[in-house]
Amino acid sequence: MPPLNMYDKIWASHVVAEEPGRPALIYIDRHLIHEITSPQAFAGLRSAGRKVRRPDLTFAVMDHSVPTKNRNLPLVDQVAAAQFEALERNCREAGILLFNMHDPNQGIVHIIGPDLGITQPGLTIVCGDSHTSTHGAFGALAFGIGTAEVEHVLATQCLWQFRSKTLLILLNGRRRRGVTAKDLILATIGKIGVGGATGHVIEYAGEAIRDLSMEGRMTVCNMSIEAGGRAGMVAPDDTTFAYLEGRPFVPRGKEFQEAVERWKAVASDPGAHFDDVVEIDAAQIAPQVTWGTNPGMVADVTGAVPDPATFSDSEMRHSAERALQYMGLEPGTRIQDISIDRVFIGSCTNARLEDLRLAASVLDGRKVAKTVKQALVVPGSERIKAQAEAEGLDRIFKAAGFEWRDAGCSMCIGMNDDVLPSGERCASTSNRNFEGRQGKGGRTHLVSPMMAAAAAIEGHFVDIRQWNVDHAE
Amino acid sequence: MTPFRKHTGLVVPLDRVNVDTDQIIPKQFLKLLTREGYGKFLFYDWRYLEGRKPNPDFILNQPRYKGASILLARANFGCGSSREHAPWAVLDYGFRSIIAPSYADIFYNNCFKNGILPVTLPEEQVDELFRRAAEKEGYTLTVDLDSQTVTDESGLRFTFEIDSFRKECLLNGWDDIGLTLRFEDQIANYERRYPSQARQYGPLESR
Repeated sequence: MPPLNMYDKIWASHVVAEEPGRPALIYIDRHLIHEITSPQAFAGLRSAGRKVRRPDLTFAVMDHSVPTKNRNLPLVDQVAAAQFEALERNCREAGILLFNMHDPNQGIVHIIGPDLGITQPGLTIVCGDSHTSTHGAFGALAFGIGTAEVEHVLATQCLWQFRSKTLLILLNGRRRRGVTAKDLILATIGKIGVGGATGHVIEYAGEAIRDLSMEGRMTVCNMSIEAGGRAGMVAPDDTTFAYLEGRPFVPRGKEFQEAVERWKAVASDPGAHFDDVVEIDAAQIAPQVTWGTNPGMVADVTGAVPDPATFSDSEMRHSAERALQYMGLEPGTRIQDISIDRVFIGSCTNARLEDLRLAASVLDGRKVAKTVKQALVVPGSERIKAQAEAEGLDRIFKAAGFEWRDAGCSMCIGMNDDVLPSGERCASTSNRNFEGRQGKGGRTHLVSPMMAAAAAIEGHFVDIRQWNVDHAE
Repeated sequence: MTPFRKHTGLVVPLDRVNVDTDQIIPKQFLKLLTREGYGKFLFYDWRYLEGRKPNPDFILNQPRYKGASILLARANFGCGSSREHAPWAVLDYGFRSIIAPSYADIFYNNCFKNGILPVTLPEEQVDELFRRAAEKEGYTLTVDLDSQTVTDESGLRFTFEIDSFRKECLLNGWDDIGLTLRFEDQIANYERRYPSQARQYGPLESR
């Protein structure tokens, strides 16, 4: 038997039916749902008289439009309230476990799946959300789907899938101090482009990936979709198993040991074939800051805003000109001369305990600059929030001048009250700097949690490598 | 789902690369419980100025493109969020087909679930269509799924590739859940051979 890559193996073990020249019907092990992309799917089931096939493999949470403060007050947003009610009703009727906004296990869907141990190696995991790629950090095949497919999975626990191509991204060497998983993935997207992985499932490997914690691997896999990747994966190893052990949905004792043996077999075989390979020297990567309106428009913190006139491709030039106009930036401006109005630390990319620890290590004993209007920290889940509070991180954030909120998607997408005002500039640990993403007319710069914290203190971007901070890595 | 066989319509050229689904339908319109009624929000932040005043500079607002039903676009169209509200808005506005050099995977897939045909043509051919659409007011194209062709009135004829299964589903307007339920025996067999479970072993947090 020829050596297989991880994607091939998971695919092969999930094919329910296959005919030549057709997509395969593959089985879905975990289906995660939230309030925004599921109501129409349940309505579709209802009108066709269909039932949820495997409510026991389906998990629901409220995250996208939940308020991050004053949750005990009645909801002001009545349109959002109707979606929450629909999710409550749909889950109750189908017998699906739901973490509503008052549940102590509530959080961003891609944070709670791994945190509760629902996410495990070798599984197929889908959710009506493009950042489902996050779960691939465990060696699972996890990808985002539309609402029609949410309905399809609810009804059949299967999906018709075309086989993707595979892309191996090797991050060789060791990342430098002050350079985080976020910088690795931003630099990677900057290199291959926002459509660079379209049609592909990415496997990340190499020393810099192996050295990352699970939190870091999740940050990397999370942003696979920003390069157009169908999914992103990292082979499970001892870091993975140690993270999983003891979590609520993970087997224990002898069963855990048996699971670890199965999970080990998921990794790509030596010499496995990939359709494409990209190699990047992680040791050369600096802290990254985006300057434009997609995550591929990114520069080293020591660099400057590029001059679109120097771009050889006319579409890229045109697109960079538009981006600079939207961002209110001049070509040649040094990244460190860009001042900011707000800071957002949160999202499914960077709101795990390690992210909060790193940001807090920068903030400890310092104050947010007076020119910064708001600094917001939104933990990825209520469990993470409680753990951070047990470590005293909340006190560091609050003492520095940050607002300490309840868990949700918050200002990454601005579907609740946490919105970036028009014309204002935000240092954000989220995943998308698209026009209007954080709020109409808002200007987003994507950075790591440490870089966001340092920008909060100085009021502009700074090179975190120049700071003498302890880090929790 | 409405089948797609052949469609002739006015073409509107949207000359931007990497159009993301946040632009196609901004987040403030994702809180509804329906699949219909999103057409008025399509490209909302580009289409409207303050106070819902139409932005005269945006291509969809130009009188010559009123009633367009074929969207001519650039590479990596529909990137970003998986929101199916994007194709719902495209369809509800009146588009039946999109022509672009490439699409983001999830958006592409979502189009087929909603009776929209996303045609993929090489960059040079898309450039040619952009030229013709700019040159001639009222430029129309015919997109024929059966013969896999895009044609205009002055003899242009491009052929496109499409997966045969997707083509069949779109031509017939098949509901793929109905299709899958015919595989019930295989699904049940799979579940017997490889039982997937999500058992809880330890306690969750409680208040």
